[in-house]
Amino acid sequence: MAMLNFEKKYRVRGGTFVGGDLFDFWVGPFYVGFFGVTTIFFATVGTLLIVYGAAIGDTWNVWRINIAPPDLSYGLSFAPLKEGGLWQLITVCATGAFVSWAIRQAEIARKLGMGYHVPIVFSFAILAYVTLVIFRPLLLGAWGHGFPYGILSHLDWVSNIGYQFLHFHYNPAHMLAVTFFFTTCLALALHGGLVLSATNVPDGGKVKTPEYEDTYFRDIIGYSIGTLGIHRLGFFLAINAAFWSAVCIIISGPFWTRGWPEWWNWWLELPVWA
Amino acid sequence: MNLSKASALALLLMSASVLQGCWEAPPMESEQVGFRGVAMWQTTNPDNTDPLVALNQVPVALPATPDSPGAPLAKDVYQNVQVLGELSVGEFARTMASITQWVSPEQGCAYCHQGANFAADDLYTKVVSRRMMQMTQTINSTYSDHVKETGVTCYTCHRGKNVPEYIWFEDKGPRHAKGMAANNYKQNNVAPKAGYTSMLSDPLTPYLVGEPQKIRIAHENALPLKGQNNNESMQALEQTWSLMMHMSDSLGVNCTYCHNTRNFASWEQSPPARVTAWHGLQMVPAINNDYMVPLQPVYPDHRLGQLDDAPKAACNTCHQGVNKPMYGVSMLDDYPVWRAPLNDEGAVVVPDYSDAPEYLDPNNPEPSAVLVEPEDTKVASSSATEVEANVVQ
Repeated sequence: MAMLNFEKKYRVRGGTFVGGDLFDFWVGPFYVGFFGVTTIFFATVGTLLIVYGAAIGDTWNVWRINIAPPDLSYGLSFAPLKEGGLWQLITVCATGAFVSWAIRQAEIARKLGMGYHVPIVFSFAILAYVTLVIFRPLLLGAWGHGFPYGILSHLDWVSNIGYQFLHFHYNPAHMLAVTFFFTTCLALALHGGLVLSATNVPDGGKVKTPEYEDTYFRDIIGYSIGTLGIHRLGFFLAINAAFWSAVCIIISGPFWTRGWPEWWNWWLELPVWA
Repeated sequence: MNLSKASALALLLMSASVLQGCWEAPPMESEQVGFRGVAMWQTTNPDNTDPLVALNQVPVALPATPDSPGAPLAKDVYQNVQVLGELSVGEFARTMASITQWVSPEQGCAYCHQGANFAADDLYTKVVSRRMMQMTQTINSTYSDHVKETGVTCYTCHRGKNVPEYIWFEDKGPRHAKGMAANNYKQNNVAPKAGYTSMLSDPLTPYLVGEPQKIRIAHENALPLKGQNNNESMQALEQTWSLMMHMSDSLGVNCTYCHNTRNFASWEQSPPARVTAWHGLQMVPAINNDYMVPLQPVYPDHRLGQLDDAPKAACNTCHQGVNKPMYGVSMLDDYPVWRAPLNDEGAVVVPDYSDAPEYLDPNNPEPSAVLVEPEDTKVASSSATEVEANVVQ
């Protein structure tokens, strides 16, 4: 792949976390690094294990392939490969690949002398996943509490977990997470719309400056958060969406076993009126 | 500065104390119902479930009466024994003593029998308990699909209390505004009967008494089919859900105890417990209609609900927070009298109590009423003790 004339300037060796010069090179446009190698390793092994799981399973129907965690009776021990052991290995691979990817992001940021904002936000997505398949099963005492790997099967899991708490919409952290997800979408849509409206000009027209964008929002709602601010807002909203998702599932089971509607009885019992 | 610090601290302490009641902590216990990874299991907190163990122990049965063929029957010795007349006198006395232990351990026999004449039907409690005995026998003989071999006795509901702890009345609904906001359809307030949601505050009246409303309203297909009625409303859905909340709370289980929620309606994907629950939903309206509701004229006012309706049974009346009442331990081997009606008197026909006389109330004995003097009550209870003493011998 051809390199743009200025790209060379940024491809400087050094600044790696691990491995020194050993993996400090590029393949085409991609920086490799030690954590690129571990990412490839875990992702490949994990994917092949999924394919193996599908091969010994009931179906090749992509929607219905299901690699389920062990029975709860195995607790936190290893399960036989065909009875949940595959799920355990795939979980190790997935976690290894996701974490490697985040460290690779951090390594690239370091090499370029940038902030670590990208790996930080990505780590919140990892947090949500690790909470589901590692932290929560640890707290509940069985790997079987993790969700199964399968397109439809994991949706069935989500449904049943929700109904284990009678009405999951009463989960306070779920409320926050849903609100942050929707608000993230709203902010991103408004931001994307605004940028496109300022930059997609007719042939021969001039691209509008941020002053126009600010004026647009001041005219509508009396305030513009600004070009840098909108990204801070997006950072905040997206992190919170993932964070509260993790909270809403970690509290369901380890810290509350009854219906979520009942949790709100503290409100009824406030000394103000109780 | 100090003031704001102090108030901040007070607020923190207050919220901490409030939050303390809000959360549980591991370790939890989980019992898997379905295939691994489907998330059909019951996760419970021993801190919540351990106290239930003591509350759900079967009481020690009174010693069985020796089998003596040719012993006189209760109906030959006593008057006005309508339900238990076929029992031998010894077994009859033992049964009476057990009922006393289960239902009125404090008041003793006097809760249903006042004065020297134990045959008199002057107390409302005696009239009600006779009907409840018939109900118990009907449940065990007719609804064994629900109560299985375990069956029920007086104790299943009463647990040593005059009135079972978990009975229910029709809900008047919360106070609400007039005008356009006049009808809130019994929604949008805390509904303890519906798992503390804001859904239907009285999910029992539509389904558990009278002509039961349709529970299974889920469509069988994702998309509307020609000629199929797909007009079930959101309200109908929430009403069903509210009833299901009541069932979950009553049994201390979650939805996945009976359903794979990927398809609530599908019997093929449901655990067998759902079949038992279905039979329960046939049983409860029937016993409410045939046994509980007709007794309305018999009760004194303070036993009736806000709308003057009779106390009724629901799932929690027997279950009391446990999936199998008394953890499935049967009392019927010790008390076979409850397995089925001993005679066909009154078991099928619902008695008409509409012109019931003013019965006496053991809880509020009115001095002016034709009531026995305290000394006589003593005599009555001491004779009861004698009966028990005889039984033990």
